[in-house]
Parts: sequence; C-alpha cells; structure tokens
Amino acid sequence: MNRYSRRILTNRIGIGLSMLAMAFGLLALLWILWTLFYNGFAALSWDLFAQDTPAPGSEGGGLRNAIVGSLLIVGATALVSTPVGIFAGIYLAEFGGKSRFAAATRFVTDIMLSAPSIVVGLFVYALAVETLGGFSGWAGSLALSLIAIPVVVRTTENMLLLVPGSLREAAFAVGAPHWQVSLKVTLRAVKAGVLTGILLAIARVTGETAPLLFTALNNQFYSTDMSQPMGNLPVVIFQFAMSPYDNWVNLAWGGALLIALMVLAINIVARVLFRRKSSD
Amino acid sequence: MSAVMSTSRPVRSDLQARQIRKFKLQDTLFHQLTLLFALLVLAALTGILIALAVEALPAFREFGAAFLWTPVWNVPEAQFGALSAIYGTVVTSAIALLIAVPVSFGIALFLTETCPVWLRRPLGTAIELLAGVPSIIYGIWGLFVFAPLFARHVQPYLQTVFGDLPVIGGWFAGPPIGVGILTAAIVLSLMVIPFVASVMRDVFETVPAQLKESAYGLGCTTWEVVTGVVLPYTRVGVIGGIMLGLGRALGETMAVTFVIGNANRIVGSLFAPGTSIASTLANEFGEADPGLHISALFALGLVLFVITFVVLAISRWLIQRGLARQGK
Amino acid sequence: MSAHQQAVDGEAILAVRDLSFYYGDFRGLNKVSLDIAQNKVTAFIGPSGCGKSTLLRTFNRMYDLYPGQRAEGQIIFHGRNLLDRKQDVNLLRARIGMVFQKPTPFPMTIYENIAFGVRLYEPLAKSGMDERVEWALRKAALWEETRNKLQQSGLSLSGGQQQRLCIARTIAVKPDVVLLDEPTSALDPLSTAKIEELINELKSDYSIAIVTHNMQQAARISDYTAFMYLGELIEFGNTRELFVKPKKQQTEDYITGRFG
Repeated sequence: MNRYSRRILTNRIGIGLSMLAMAFGLLALLWILWTLFYNGFAALSWDLFAQDTPAPGSEGGGLRNAIVGSLLIVGATALVSTPVGIFAGIYLAEFGGKSRFAAATRFVTDIMLSAPSIVVGLFVYALAVETLGGFSGWAGSLALSLIAIPVVVRTTENMLLLVPGSLREAAFAVGAPHWQVSLKVTLRAVKAGVLTGILLAIARVTGETAPLLFTALNNQFYSTDMSQPMGNLPVVIFQFAMSPYDNWVNLAWGGALLIALMVLAINIVARVLFRRKSSD
Repeated sequence: MSAVMSTSRPVRSDLQARQIRKFKLQDTLFHQLTLLFALLVLAALTGILIALAVEALPAFREFGAAFLWTPVWNVPEAQFGALSAIYGTVVTSAIALLIAVPVSFGIALFLTETCPVWLRRPLGTAIELLAGVPSIIYGIWGLFVFAPLFARHVQPYLQTVFGDLPVIGGWFAGPPIGVGILTAAIVLSLMVIPFVASVMRDVFETVPAQLKESAYGLGCTTWEVVTGVVLPYTRVGVIGGIMLGLGRALGETMAVTFVIGNANRIVGSLFAPGTSIASTLANEFGEADPGLHISALFALGLVLFVITFVVLAISRWLIQRGLARQGK
Repeated sequence: MSAHQQAVDGEAILAVRDLSFYYGDFRGLNKVSLDIAQNKVTAFIGPSGCGKSTLLRTFNRMYDLYPGQRAEGQIIFHGRNLLDRKQDVNLLRARIGMVFQKPTPFPMTIYENIAFGVRLYEPLAKSGMDERVEWALRKAALWEETRNKLQQSGLSLSGGQQQRLCIARTIAVKPDVVLLDEPTSALDPLSTAKIEELINELKSDYSIAIVTHNMQQAARISDYTAFMYLGELIEFGNTRELFVKPKKQQTEDYITGRFG
C-alpha cells in the first residue's frame, strides 16, 4: 500500500470513529429517554398527582406531597436566586471591572458552577440545619439557591457585556443616574438572555438531589410549611428506587419522568425564548 | 473676544437640586446593593470551606492526617479513614474519563468538521440536552436497566476473555452482580460526555478558518487537519474541558450512588462493589450519629471539595487561556 | 493660536480654554481653545483619530464613565467650568444632549424613549408629557410617521427613523446644547438629507456641535468649522472662510483631499 492510500485510509478510519462516537452519544440519549418514558408512563395515573406517598409495602398512593414540595422549594429558590444573581451580575459588569475583588468573585462563581452539589448540602446542613433547628424546606431552598445563583450571575454579567457601549452611553447622555441606566436600559436590552439564564438555573436545580438529602430531608405527608421537613421529588425518587418494594420503584419511575419532562420543558422554553429574541 | 459669560438662565431650580441629591443617594445605594450581593457570592465559597473545616476538626483531631490513607470505615467501632472512598472516587472518575474523552473528542470532531450543516444545530442541541438531564435519571437508569444487562451479557464475556490473564484478570474477578466500580464508571462516563464534548466543540470553533483552509490547501485530509492543526492549536482548551469533566465526575453523587454497590472497602476487582466520597455522604449522612461519625463525613466532604476545587481551578484557567486565543 | 481666531461673533454657549485630554498616558487633545456659538452650528472635521470625537465627549463629560480618562483645562458653561469635580454630571448631560453615530433607541416604546429623559428632571402630568412627546416628535419630523404607533418598540423603526427618534429624545429634555457625533455616518443618503434639514431647523432653538467625517456635510450645514489634526486644533473660523480660503496649509491640504 502506498503512502497516499494509507493517508486516505487513516482519514476514513478517523472520521468513521468520530461518527461512531456521535452515534454512541445519541443512542445513549435515546436509550435513557426510552426506558424513562416506557417505565414512567406506565406509572402515570391520576393518583400520582392526587395521593400522597404510600407507607412501605402498601399498595397505591402517589406523589402529591413530593410534587407540591418540589414546586415550593424550587419556586422559593427562583425567588431568592433571581435578584441576588442579577444584582451580583450587574456589579461585576458595571462596577467590578478589573478589580481584584471582582476577579475573585468571578473565580468563585465559576468554581461554584461545577462544585459538587452534595458539598453544598453539607454546608447548608452546618449553616442552617444544625444551628437553626432542623431540616426544613427553607434549608433545601437555600442549598439549591447556592447552586442556582452562580448560573444567574455569570449569564447576567456575560449578557450585560454584550450591550453596545453606545446604548449605555446614550442612556447616560440624557442625564439618567447609573441605577436607571442599568435597570431600565441595559438590563432591559438583554432581558431575554438573562431570563434564559434564570430558566437554565431553575432547570438545573429542579433535578438536584444531593443538596436536598440533608437539608429539606423528606416528609411522607402533605405539607406546605416551608419551616418543616418537606417531601420533594428527587429525594423520594432516590429513596423509593433503592427500596425493595415494587410499588415504590414504580412511583420512582413516575417521579423521574415528571422531573425529566419538567427539566426538558424548561430547557426548550429557554432555548426558544433566546433564539427568538436574539434574532430580532 | 466674545462674551464668554453668556446670559445666565435660572438653571438650577430647587426641584433640580432635590433631584440631583436624590439620584446621588439612589446611585450610592444601588452601587452598595450590588456590591453586597457580589460579596454574598464570594462569602458563600469561603463559608463552605470554613464550615467544612470546622465540622471536620474533631475527626482530624482523632485520626490525624492518617485519616487520608486509612482504608478502615467502621461505624460501630467509630474507626474512620477516607482511603476506600477516595479510591472509589478516583478510580470511577479515571475510568469514566478514559471512556468519555475519546467519545467526546469524536463527537466534537464530527460536529465541527464532518457534520452536514443542517444537522449541526439539532445534534448540538441534543448533546446539550443530554447535559441537562438530571443525574438521578442516569442513576435510576443505571440501576434498573444498565446494571442487570451488564451482569447478564457483558461481565461474563469480559471474564472469559480476560479472566485468565495475569494482573488484568484480577480486574474482572468476582461474581458478576452488575453493580460495582466499573458500572458506576460507565454510567458516570455517559454523564460527563456531554460536558466535555460541548467544551471541546466550543474550543474547536475558535480555530481560525484560514488556518484550517491553508492546511486543506496543502492537500491534508480532514483527519490530518484535526490532529495536525486543530488539536495542537486548541490543546490548552481541550485539556481544560477534560478537567471540567473530571471535576464533574469526582463530585457526582446520584449517578454513582445507585450503581456503585456501596461497600466501604478496597478490592482489586472492578466488578466488586465499592464506594465514593459522594455516595458515602449520600448514604450515611442522614442517619449518622452526632459526634465522630458526622465529623468524619464532613472530613470526607472537605477532602472532596479540596480535590474538585483544585481540578476545577486548573480547568477554568486552561479553558480561559484556550478561549482567549480567539481574540488574539 | 491667537485669541482672535478661537472666538466667534455672537454669544458663546461653551468656551473651551486650554483643554487637554488623556487616555491614561496618551494625550488625545493638546491645549485646545475655541468657542461654541449660541444658536449656531459648529462642525468638527479632521482625519480619524484627530481628537474631534474626544473633544465632543468632554462637553458632556462622557469620558467620566471610563477610569483612566481625564481632561485638563476649562470648559465654561453658564459661567462655570463644567470640568469641575463638583459639577453634577447627570444634570450636565440633561442640559448638553448627545446623539451618537449609530442609532441607539432604548429597549422600550417610542413614547417611553422620549418620556424617559424628560421624567428625570421634570415632574410632568400625563397630559403635559403627551404634549411634550408630540412636540419633540414634531420637532424631529417624526410625528406623522409615528403618531399611530407610539406604543410600539423604538427598535421597530427604520435606521433613519431611529436616528430621528434619538434626536427627538435629546431635544425633548430641552437642552442648551446638542452634540452630534457623526449622526449620519450609518444612514443612507435620503435619511442623511432629512437629518441635515432637521439640524438646520433646530439651530434656532439650540446650539449645535457636530462631528463629521464628511466635509461637504460640514460645508452645507455649519456656521463655524474647526479643523483638527493629531489632537491639535489647526484652524477654526467661519465655515465659508475656512473652506474658501483656509489660512493654514494643512487645512487646505485636507479639504482639497490631499491627505486624510
């Protein structure tokens, strides 16, 4: 075989392998989604939303308490992390510049974006659960906020840095004070991007399990009291899936499907929103 | 020379003066408020470090630095060492990357070089959605679907092929029960592939088109352009992406806890159940007694945090250096 | 440069004296002195990088936004040096308005684009604000095109309309001076003609300073022209005189197209 045909062959093999890798990734995605939908839809029923989690070994039951708990915890997380993340992001974009403090904050948020979520759970346990009297929905929200905030901070800053300098100057040029320039002009100009960041942050924390294990804990009864331990989908899925009861395992699949659908839906909304706005 | 002092209108009414003062005050408040929130973010990380260190103190006082290299984890006798959990964490992550890196490279290469343009967007989005799937889904899938399949079809096969070889045979020894170190590593690799592939794709896209075109102009094949031009050019960023995947893998809880088997010991075989730091925390923390057990778990958390912190810091530095090329 | 050359015939709304400007260590303007005449149009011409935009941006202290940039000297405005640290820049900018090279409509409705600046320093009731918005849009020759879509986004307008919206927004605040930084360079010839016409009408109420890279434009619309080169004011005077019989060789070279 001459040198040239050997080069062509190497190329074919390399490209072939890369296609194989792509196919592998896609097949894994499809396989996971397929089993999830197959087992999850089998578990879907009206009871899933209408009844609370059953006692060990008993039949029937649903996930009502866990669904409501998850919505409350994630909702509170969104309410806390949105303002904190946006304001911290504005600080980095508007005032921070190249200062050492801003550089340190950027570094920290980047690390927190990928830091082990279970460690965040440990931290909130030490901070809030141990000192402030026990597991609670609030503690769960605090832990999730620590994961969501860095996402919001970084998207807000990155989006604000994309605002043309002339728009910012134009707002100053009519005599507006800095806070109005930031909140009414530049932030509004990148509203879609920031909203996308918030949605992605919510999607990320919706499926987080580890930080809730020892903060919100779990509650087998229906409760809307955020100062008490609170049922939530991820922890219920974890406990039920690891259990020996078929009924529980079944419910775990149902819960997993709900979570996946929620996360997928938020992701898609975020993408559509961002694409529509940025093509204006 | 003309009159510099022009007719002065009554320019500064009381209203304007009040308004100026109000704006000054509001701006100061605004600045301080944003600063406060930025401080909060910075304080959170320092807070994590401090809280973990304080809570871990009793364990380190009891066991000293030997905590790090003691393989014993005995709850009833209150003897704790981190080695088996560290071993499980490192081995699962290492194997996961061994699988994930070539696959991610292939995906990134396909998406940037050979994929038809109309397919790029949907396939790229699919990979990003895969990154968004909550890790508990990977875990539950691994436990109920992958592990049984692996035990029935793959493990016996591996044992017949490699079982008799020296050294390597030991890796595949023991009963094929599905859950274990290797299964955890494979599930973990599926979870980090999307992260690594996305970063690799992003850094590959920073290669200037002229650079690639001039290589093609010399008659290079796609493979030669990628290995000879794209990879050397993006080396730093690619390594950064790999480190990001490593950081994710080391700290992952749910994808691992379901399928690692949760046995706190070190066995040479990759088929044997083991544990990782994150899965030990997930399993034991909720029911741990206050005192030495809790403190030892905090110490494990501290070890995990320090390891991932270092890995992520290096990754960030490399990725930024890799992406900065774009502007130069 | 003689004191005579930097002055104008009528009243001066801005008197620039020995103004130097620094970007860090780099000097962008060197001891510039001239007057901006009241209710006249003053044009600044010169090759790119000559400092004409820099000079314009000192008039409303826009450089304050960027650390490391500073100005020395004096700019007298209503008897006070506006470079003074005690000068409130927000109020200053409300009284010395600015229009930029690219249209910069705010991300809000057409109505709000104009009301935004007015509301800052004037507590107008709804009807008063409606009148002001209409007044400003009429002044900017935009009323007929927008009267039925005041609640639409400012971004929905065409490029030329957006620029006129920005002019309306600037004059709605009723400033003393309007600064125009190459306001037509991003527009087509038709829109450019409209804006030039507008500038001509606006000078009865406002003092106007315009930076332009287009010499014909300067000749068409301005009463006074300043030619700048490498951060120095080379020549300043009556537009007709400067274009017909420039006193400096450099000016003549530039306006006859021999360099720049």
